[in-house]
Amino acid sequence: MGIAAMVGSPIKRREDPRLITGQSTYVDDIKLPGMLHMAVLRSPYGHARINSINTEAASKHPGVVAVYLAEDLKGVVGNIPIAAPLPGNISNGMGHRGPLADGKVRFYGDPVAVVIADDRYTARDALDLIEVDYEPLPAVIDLEKATQPGAPLLYEEFGTNVATPIHPPTEEIDRVFEQTVAGGGVIVKGRFVNQRLAPAAMETRGVIAEFRKADKTLNVWSSSQIPHFLRNFLAEQLGLPQHQVRVIVPEVGGGFGSKLNIYPEEALAAFATMKTGRPVKWIEERSENLVATIHGRDQINYIEAAATRDGKVTGLKVHVISDLGAHLQFFTDVIAIGFTLPMLSGCYDIPAVYGSCDTVFTNKTPTDAYRGAGRPEACYIVERAMDLVAREVGKDPAEVRKINFVKPEQFPHKMATGAVYDSGNYAGALEKAMEIVNYQNLRAEQAQKRAEGKLVGVGISSYVEICGIGPKGTIPQGLYESARVRVEQSGDVMVYTGSSPHGQGEETTFAQIVADEFDVPIDNVVIVHGDTDSTPEGRGTYGSRTTAVGGPAIFTAVQKLKEKMKHIAAHMLEASASDVTLEGGNFSVAGSPQKAVSFKEVAAAANTSNLLAPGVEPGLETTVFWEPNACVFPFGTHICVVEVDKETGEPEITRYVAVDDCGRQLNPMIVQGQIHGGIVQGVGQALIEGVEYGEDGQLLTGTLMDYAMPIAAELPHFELDHTVTLTSVNPLGVKGVGEAGTIGSTPAVANAIADALGVAHVDMPFKPERLWKIIQQQQQQQPQQ
Amino acid sequence: MTMKREITVTVNGQEYHSEVEPRMLLVHYLREMLDLTGTHIGCDTSQCGACTVLLNGESVKACTVLAVQADGCEVTTIEGLAPEGSLHPIQEGFWEKHGLQCGFCTPGMIMASYNLLKNNPRPTEEEIRTALKGNICRCTGYQNIVSAVQYAADQMRTAATAPVGAGE
Repeated sequence: MGIAAMVGSPIKRREDPRLITGQSTYVDDIKLPGMLHMAVLRSPYGHARINSINTEAASKHPGVVAVYLAEDLKGVVGNIPIAAPLPGNISNGMGHRGPLADGKVRFYGDPVAVVIADDRYTARDALDLIEVDYEPLPAVIDLEKATQPGAPLLYEEFGTNVATPIHPPTEEIDRVFEQTVAGGGVIVKGRFVNQRLAPAAMETRGVIAEFRKADKTLNVWSSSQIPHFLRNFLAEQLGLPQHQVRVIVPEVGGGFGSKLNIYPEEALAAFATMKTGRPVKWIEERSENLVATIHGRDQINYIEAAATRDGKVTGLKVHVISDLGAHLQFFTDVIAIGFTLPMLSGCYDIPAVYGSCDTVFTNKTPTDAYRGAGRPEACYIVERAMDLVAREVGKDPAEVRKINFVKPEQFPHKMATGAVYDSGNYAGALEKAMEIVNYQNLRAEQAQKRAEGKLVGVGISSYVEICGIGPKGTIPQGLYESARVRVEQSGDVMVYTGSSPHGQGEETTFAQIVADEFDVPIDNVVIVHGDTDSTPEGRGTYGSRTTAVGGPAIFTAVQKLKEKMKHIAAHMLEASASDVTLEGGNFSVAGSPQKAVSFKEVAAAANTSNLLAPGVEPGLETTVFWEPNACVFPFGTHICVVEVDKETGEPEITRYVAVDDCGRQLNPMIVQGQIHGGIVQGVGQALIEGVEYGEDGQLLTGTLMDYAMPIAAELPHFELDHTVTLTSVNPLGVKGVGEAGTIGSTPAVANAIADALGVAHVDMPFKPERLWKIIQQQQQQQPQQ
Repeated sequence: MTMKREITVTVNGQEYHSEVEPRMLLVHYLREMLDLTGTHIGCDTSQCGACTVLLNGESVKACTVLAVQADGCEVTTIEGLAPEGSLHPIQEGFWEKHGLQCGFCTPGMIMASYNLLKNNPRPTEEEIRTALKGNICRCTGYQNIVSAVQYAADQMRTAATAPVGAGE
């Protein structure tokens, strides 16, 4: 039939026809009969006590059905769920909150009250009629000041803003540093700020909750990455049995981690529909999205690296200060500890790696997983450190990287951080990128342009990241993935996945796997996701896990059904099952291809049962829960060339080469798309993005007028290539690619900027003003230039 | 409450008579009163361009136009770009070149691209990137959007007939 080898083909996405014609259905596109609208009143202060709230005028406003406050929820709606509360302060309740602020607001945007009204304009109007008497409190915005004695406290009863201090003994790393220095080596130091970012998916969050009183069923439509987690935790929050809650995730307009969460508005809309008996819709405005949806990054990192004069790094010592924001969301507490610390060693075989960490509450929006989630920070630390070492020992940054790489033959390799990397060929990716960019020439051109007075910089970033979470015990809930596969009587294949893709294209790539393994046309395969009533218990889409964990679940389920079909075919062919193969859409006996039954005939036989051998269970359906026994580690090298305008300080990326390795590529077109988008989010952080607060806790970047996002006109054409290093962690040999571009790109730009200016380090974002000041200082120091 | 106003708007070739609040945004009118939900809302401040539609043949952000301002006008949305069952070359381009991922910005991107190609049938890469300044995509990194528009430009130039498009 020649349809095999769908896997590896850049076929067009099956999702697209509905998306390019406006026929897709996002949450805000859904209308239910009698539907009410919810609007949320949010704190205008970073930190304040609530003395009183008067809702009388709002309640009487025409069209308003109800106004709810924290006191209405007491004993009815539980706290916002946290996936993996760490021992200590967090397990003891620090940072936990109910859906509405109770007595105190802790960040600009903290939800205080909700209005339920006939339409969204009325709901919004009524917010202005709620009178809140606030008593402003000093806010703590500066992350390092928040750790100091005497800082204003978010949670007074804990006597500190530090949630989880992790400070292992330093004797061993100190000894390594001393030995390196004694041996004539070098030590480099830095303080890196990894600024706060807004995920800003183009579709803001939204939820519709509908309680059907007669059958006590709560239906929730939510723009979410985690339908089952949402169902399970929401049921717990509301005190409902799980089977009475159904979560439906319709089309989702991007997530990037920001929808890997259970937010106050889901419980609030659910509470409101249960009280009013009418469906309730809430759609986040963009200005709400920038305060009420999680932020990402926000770390300060103190780093020291020790190296020999040859550039061999002997030790890396890092202190991470991580800003949690004002409360805990789903994974807030574990991003720095669970993802930054374990990945500090990067691609390098550094004998001693030390990481300490303070996670700290401040009067800001909670942080959580944003594309990369802790790994971009780790990659930035180690990739900047490599450049500092290269600068100190006077070697090319590429050379220093090569000296320190884990070698291909060392895999699987246990790093000093404890992480066990599955497979890799870091030098291979670096060399390929250097070849594409013509590195030697590039450096020669750079020297020439510099001689002409131009500020040209070249930045290399060799990244590795951890994904495909995860093995047993990673979080209390388990991080397996599920697949239910059914072959219909017609021979068509229904696949119900626990993954929850929202732009990544798995309706296509998953179908490619199934089409190949069953040897059926891809049009006969349907991928269903995002409904807790039809899909088996799943863990959702985030952390570059869908292909690496959801894919093997489907693959394994298909193998199971194929085995059963072989037995059925064998019975029909009066042959032995071990002699039956599936090829070209037919089950046939090895050596005599004329003796065959088609895939469809076997499907029909199984589903009608009459042709089955006695004792064979009718039907072709199976459910598989696939749990990886290890994580996977995609990697690659990005090389960025920048030119900084001496007069204006404006940086321009003039060339960008990316060589990425995510193992086997199911659909190269989709892989490239993920890399493109990933790079731009990382470049966005490097060049222009940043959430900023005033000292009083006011958000200064509250709309897309102030929070800059990358646009087409500011970006170069990316030159992509890849290597393929398979993994044996899963049967498909796939890793993950959703976050790789974001993780790899930021340090490439940062290293290029530092190189262009000839300085050790510049903090992001590299806005013209910041670079211009550095250039001015340099010119004042060397007036003849 | 303010008095409602009566308006007549032709959307995708069909005439509608409606009563709207004077403050109602065109994008809310299209989405909530006419149920044309292909036009999306991505920001409150006219940065993102997800709500781009054609008003009398020119692209506008439907979140910065009041429904009453569209009184007597012709509006084309993504639903009306190509006759039912067919794709406009720009839509084809986005599909062929993987110019979308989550798809949320896509209708606006397509309508903005339409406006570009109407005025400039042979845009350079730089001209495409500049023309799409008012449209934000968080997924694709824009490279494949540029390719999609180039594909569409090629198709539209080689097509024997004039490009399909209502509202003109």
